[in-house]
Amino acid sequence: MNTGRKTVPQVLTYLVLGLWAVTTIYPFIWVILNSFRKKGLIISDSFSLPLGDAFTWDNYITAWERSDFKNAYLNSFIISGTVTVAVVILAGLAAYGLVRYRFRGRGLLYSLIMAGMMFPVFSTIIPVFRMEAVMGIAGTGNRWLSLLAVILPQIAGNLCFAIIILMGFIQSVPIELEESAYLDGCNVFKIYFHIIIPAAKSSFATVAIFAFLWSYNDLFTQSFFLRYPQERAITGLLNEISSQAGVNYGLMAASVVLVVVPVLVVYVCLQKHIIKGLTAGAIKG
Amino acid sequence: MNSMIYKKKSPLIVFLVPAFLFLIVYLYYPFFQNIINTFMKIGGLGRAAEGMNTPWYENYRRLLTDPYMKTALKNTLLLTLCTIVFQVGIALILALLVDTIRVGAQFFRTVYFFPIVISATALGLMFNLIFLYKGGMVNQVLLSLGKLPTEVKASGKVLVEWLDWKDQAHFLFTMFMPVMWQYVGFYFVILITGLNNISQDLYEAAALDGADGWKRTRYITLPMLRNVLCTCLVLAITGALKVFDLPWVMFGAGMPENQGWLTGTYMYDQTFNKMNVDYGSTIAVLIVVLGVVLSNVANRVFRPSEDI
Repeated sequence: MNTGRKTVPQVLTYLVLGLWAVTTIYPFIWVILNSFRKKGLIISDSFSLPLGDAFTWDNYITAWERSDFKNAYLNSFIISGTVTVAVVILAGLAAYGLVRYRFRGRGLLYSLIMAGMMFPVFSTIIPVFRMEAVMGIAGTGNRWLSLLAVILPQIAGNLCFAIIILMGFIQSVPIELEESAYLDGCNVFKIYFHIIIPAAKSSFATVAIFAFLWSYNDLFTQSFFLRYPQERAITGLLNEISSQAGVNYGLMAASVVLVVVPVLVVYVCLQKHIIKGLTAGAIKG
Repeated sequence: MNSMIYKKKSPLIVFLVPAFLFLIVYLYYPFFQNIINTFMKIGGLGRAAEGMNTPWYENYRRLLTDPYMKTALKNTLLLTLCTIVFQVGIALILALLVDTIRVGAQFFRTVYFFPIVISATALGLMFNLIFLYKGGMVNQVLLSLGKLPTEVKASGKVLVEWLDWKDQAHFLFTMFMPVMWQYVGFYFVILITGLNNISQDLYEAAALDGADGWKRTRYITLPMLRNVLCTCLVLAITGALKVFDLPWVMFGAGMPENQGWLTGTYMYDQTFNKMNVDYGSTIAVLIVVLGVVLSNVANRVFRPSEDI
């Protein structure tokens, strides 16, 4: 880390950082606490520890028994995993091409990507649905085709953001590295895989995290294409539970925890890669 | 900048074609179709157009005269401004602070991201409980601080005038706060990655020249972060224009009294509840146009001049 910076007194720094951390951790704790609280107590007393009489496992048992979590997890991982891999590969190549090459129409392509980030998903989903129905992907009742029907528009929906982010980072890779590799006889593809990707590793991990999370949490596209019970992905399942649970906030909280835990695991795993990418020091020198 | 490596253009096909093929089929073509829909008369979701509107620009005329649209636009622009100032601002401060510490930096990086991990349905429910009219967390805190007017009845019952956080006077705060809070961690992660990409040599050179502390931040960190900050700005603008899920879960259709519309929620409501598919498409077009214009302005003002 940076050496010898002591402009702001350390105590104050930790105080500010700590306060913000409380606002981001507390809601999560709140949800976990309430997932163990007995029905009906959440509205009247949601901020204490659910101890003694108030404690219960029932919410989890009900949630697991009533809904097919296992199947929904599987569907979600197939969807979000595929989306993440595809986005990282496609966006990396495109961002590299756009940053390093000068060609006619480059500005136009850049504007197109910027514009693409602004398309609200509800404006493209109806034409996409019609198109996929014609292709025979959407609305067939076949589970795998339906998953594909979600995957394809989600890849497109994440690409623009990923390209913009990766462009920002690839721009800051010193071109001298590439020039010396070129003099050593590397072609552009080798340069891309051996220089660019290691140098911008952290940003690739960042893009992967976002692609995964958005795909996983994207209720809107899921509820549009996955209509049969065996196709349902995890966020759709949560939505279904919350609409059925009514004021059973305990059941809802338990379901939220079941939905959030796998994401947190994935996030924490990729987080390690980010740190590796940062400390590799590929850019130095 | 334009190195000899990149004089030969043929590899560009491999770099650009796959991604743009996807974008054309799944983003641009559907959006183009959406623009056509704005001139059509469409009776309901998934139905084919019944023909052109009369007059063909009817939806655009409506857009200009719709009072709810004006409200939505006003709220959304205000949200955009707040997003730029507070979301990116807080994220920048937090990122700069985390960059100065050794112990616990990893912890803060991890936890600041939590709100983005949790789905909007869950967050909406949580904030609804926090801002609950009767006995919500905020109101209970205010009560214990003696900030709420109370009246003790003859029977000994205490009447409290609870504060309605979703009424006309407070809804903007109640709506904006969660949206801004949720995505601070998002810009934080982008900025911290950018900070780590700054070469340590620069700092060491600066230290040799006797620059430290604020000077280093001002003359090295911020200029080196400029590209990344600009990316954040564009993301904040486009994100704010299409904010949908949290306000929708918390406020539903335009509460209170049609004062609480945002362009995103209004468009959703028109398309999926009121079944005005063609008018909804028109609002989507407006969102895109606004986003392109605003982010171009942001780019002109902030992006370093040598590059797009």
